[in-house]
Amino acid sequence: MAETKTQQVAEVVIPTKWDILIGRLTGLSKSFYLALGLFILMAIAGVGAGLHAMYIGYHHAYNVTREVPWGILISTYVFFVVTSTGLCLVSSIGHVFGVKDFMPIAKRSVFLSIVTIVAGFTVIFFEIENPFRMAIYNVISPNLTSNIWWMGTLYGAYLFFMILEFIFLQLDKHKVATYAGFMGVISGIAAHSNLGAVFGMLHGREFWYGPYMPIYFIASAIMSGCATILFFTYLAHRVNSERIDSAVSRALEVTTKVGILAICIIMFFTAWKMITGFVGTEGKTEAFMTLLAGKYALNFWFLEIGMGMIAPLVMYILSKGKNLKMIFAGSALMIFGIFFMRYDLVVVGQIVPVYYELGVNEYETLLSYSPSIHEILVVLGGIGIVGTVFLLGEKIFNAHKVEEHEYETATSALKVLEPIKTETSK
Amino acid sequence: MIPKKLDLKDSQIESPDLLPKIERRKFLKMGFAVTGLLAGGKILSLLSIANKSFAFSKEQYPYKPHYSMLIYQNRCIDCELCLEACIKTNNVPTYGYRTNILHRKVSMAVDQQVEFIPVLCNQCNRPPCVTGCPTKATYKDSKNGIVMMNYKKCIGCKTCMTACPYNARYYNEEIRSVDKCDFCYTNRLSKGLTTTACSEACPAKVRIFGDLSNPGSELYQMIHQVEKTVWVIRPESGAAPNVFYTRG
Ligand code: SF4
Ligand code: SF4
Repeated sequence: MAETKTQQVAEVVIPTKWDILIGRLTGLSKSFYLALGLFILMAIAGVGAGLHAMYIGYHHAYNVTREVPWGILISTYVFFVVTSTGLCLVSSIGHVFGVKDFMPIAKRSVFLSIVTIVAGFTVIFFEIENPFRMAIYNVISPNLTSNIWWMGTLYGAYLFFMILEFIFLQLDKHKVATYAGFMGVISGIAAHSNLGAVFGMLHGREFWYGPYMPIYFIASAIMSGCATILFFTYLAHRVNSERIDSAVSRALEVTTKVGILAICIIMFFTAWKMITGFVGTEGKTEAFMTLLAGKYALNFWFLEIGMGMIAPLVMYILSKGKNLKMIFAGSALMIFGIFFMRYDLVVVGQIVPVYYELGVNEYETLLSYSPSIHEILVVLGGIGIVGTVFLLGEKIFNAHKVEEHEYETATSALKVLEPIKTETSK
Repeated sequence: MIPKKLDLKDSQIESPDLLPKIERRKFLKMGFAVTGLLAGGKILSLLSIANKSFAFSKEQYPYKPHYSMLIYQNRCIDCELCLEACIKTNNVPTYGYRTNILHRKVSMAVDQQVEFIPVLCNQCNRPPCVTGCPTKATYKDSKNGIVMMNYKKCIGCKTCMTACPYNARYYNEEIRSVDKCDFCYTNRLSKGLTTTACSEACPAKVRIFGDLSNPGSELYQMIHQVEKTVWVIRPESGAAPNVFYTRG
C-alpha cells in the first residue's frame, strides 16, 4: 500500500512528455500565435489551391504551356531543395565532420533541412500531373539514364537519412546520428548534382546546357544554406526571447564567413555564365539579353544580383560576423533574391522557342510565362509549411539546444563525434 | 560585344541547295551529310555520318524497319489535311497537336512568299526525351526505332517536353499522359497499314514515309540520291533526327 502511494506521488511530480509538450506550446506570446496562425493559413491556402488545381485540371489552373512546361512550381521546388541541401551541408561541417564552431547551429539546421525538403516535395506534388503513378513506376520502371529519376530517388533517400539523423539526435544516440548525417550528406550531394544535371544535360536548351551546372548547384546550395541558417538562428532567438550566447555567435560568425565565400563563388560563376552567354546561337544570346537588359533585367540586376548577392555580401562583410541584426537582414535579402535566382534559371531557360532560329512566324519572338494565382498560392503554401513547422519546432524541440559542454570535446573531421547531447526534458 | 541578331529569315537556313553539286558530292564522299547553311550561306552545317546512327551509309541503320520520313518542304500548300487526318486517327484533343505546319516568310525578288514547314516528332536516334524520362514511359522501340509512349507509366513531370528540341510533345489531359507522334504505329502500322495518316492524306505528296533500311523503298531511294540535298532541322541538338527535309 505504502509503495503504491509513493508511486502515485511520483507520478504527480514528474510530468509526462505530453505535459511538457503542451506546456511548451501554451502561454506563448500573442505575436507568436499570430505568426503561427498566418503561416498555417498560408499552408492551408496553398494545399487548398493545389487540390483545387488538381481537381479542375492543371492546364486550367496553371500558366505552364506546351512551350514552357516548367514554371514557378518547379523553380520553387528547386529553391526549397537547394536550401535543404545547403542546410545539410553547412550543418554537417559541425556535427558530421567535427568542426566544433559549427555545432551550436547543427540541430536546428538538420530540422530545417527536413522542413524545407518537405515543403519542396509538397510543391512538386502539385506540379507533377500523376504523383501517385510516380510512387509506383519510379520503383518498378526506373530509367537509370534519367537525372530526374536519380534526383528523385536520391532525395527520397536523403530525406530518410535526415529524418533518421534528427531522431537519433533527439534520442541522444550521437554515433548513429553522425552516420545517418554522413549518409545524408552523401545522398544530398548526389541528388543535388543530379538536379543540376537535369538542366545541364539538356542539349536542346542552350541556356542551361553545360557541364558546370552540377557544380554551380552545389556552390549555390552552400550559399542558400548559410543564409537560411543565419536567418533562422537569429529569428529563433527572437521567437524564444533568448540572448544569443557566445558559442552561438561564434557559430554565426563562421557561417557568415562561409556565406561570404559562397557568394563570391556564385558571383564568379554568374559572371562567367553571362560572358559565355554571348558565345553560341542567336537564341541563347537573346535569352541572356532578356536577363541583362530585357524583360527579366529587374529580376536579374535588382533581385538576383542586388538583393541576392551584393547587398548580403556587403552586409556580411560590414557586420564582421558580429552585427547580428545586419547579418539577419542580409540573409533575409539573400533568401528573397535566391528565390528569384531559381525562377529566372528555370523560366529564362525555356523562353527561347526551340524553333526560334528557323525564323518561322510562329516563333519569331521569345515566349513568356507568368505564374497564375493557383501557382502563386501553392508557392505561398510551401512557405507557410516552412514557417509553421519552424515555429512549432522551436517550441516542441526546446529551441534545438545543444549544450556547450557537449560539443566541447568534438573530434576532428570524419572521426565519429563525441555525442552532442540534447537537452533532456526536465 | 554583343553580336547583332543575324537576319536568318532570308538566309536560307536549311537550304543547302545553294551549294554546288560537286561540293556536295565531295562532302558525301568524305562521310559527311550536308545538313544546312546558315547566315546567308556563310556557315555550312555538316553532319558526320560515318559512325553515327544517323547513318546514310547503307548497312548502318540500327533498326529494321528503320522508319523515317522525308518532307518535301516546297511542296506543302498548307491545306492542313495532314493535321486533320492525324487528329482523327489518333484522337488528338483540340488543345494539342502531334504534327504542325510552321509558316515562314521568304523574301523573293518580286514579292514576299510564305513557305510551309511541316513538323512532327523526329523519332530521334538519340532522343533526349527518352534519356530524361524517369519511368521509361517514353522509350525507343528496339525493333523499329519509333519513340513510343506507355501512357500508364507517365507521371506527368514534363521533363520530356522540356528536353525535346522539336516541341513534339504535349500533355493530354484525357489520357493523363504526355502524347506524341508515333508514326501512327498504334493506330495504323500495327494494324497492317503501311503508311502514316498524314502521309496518306497529303494531296501534294509532301510527306514520304518509309523504311530507311530497305533499299527498295521510295524513301530510301530519294534520300540516297547524291544530287539531292536532304537536311534535318536543328542538327546541333545532337538528337539525330529521322525526319528529313528536302526540296524538289
Ligand atoms: S522529336 Fe522530341 S519527342 Fe520526338 S524523339 Fe526527338 S526528342 Fe523525342
Ligand atoms: S512527362 Fe511522362 S513521358 Fe514525359 S518524362 Fe515525365 S514521365 Fe516520362
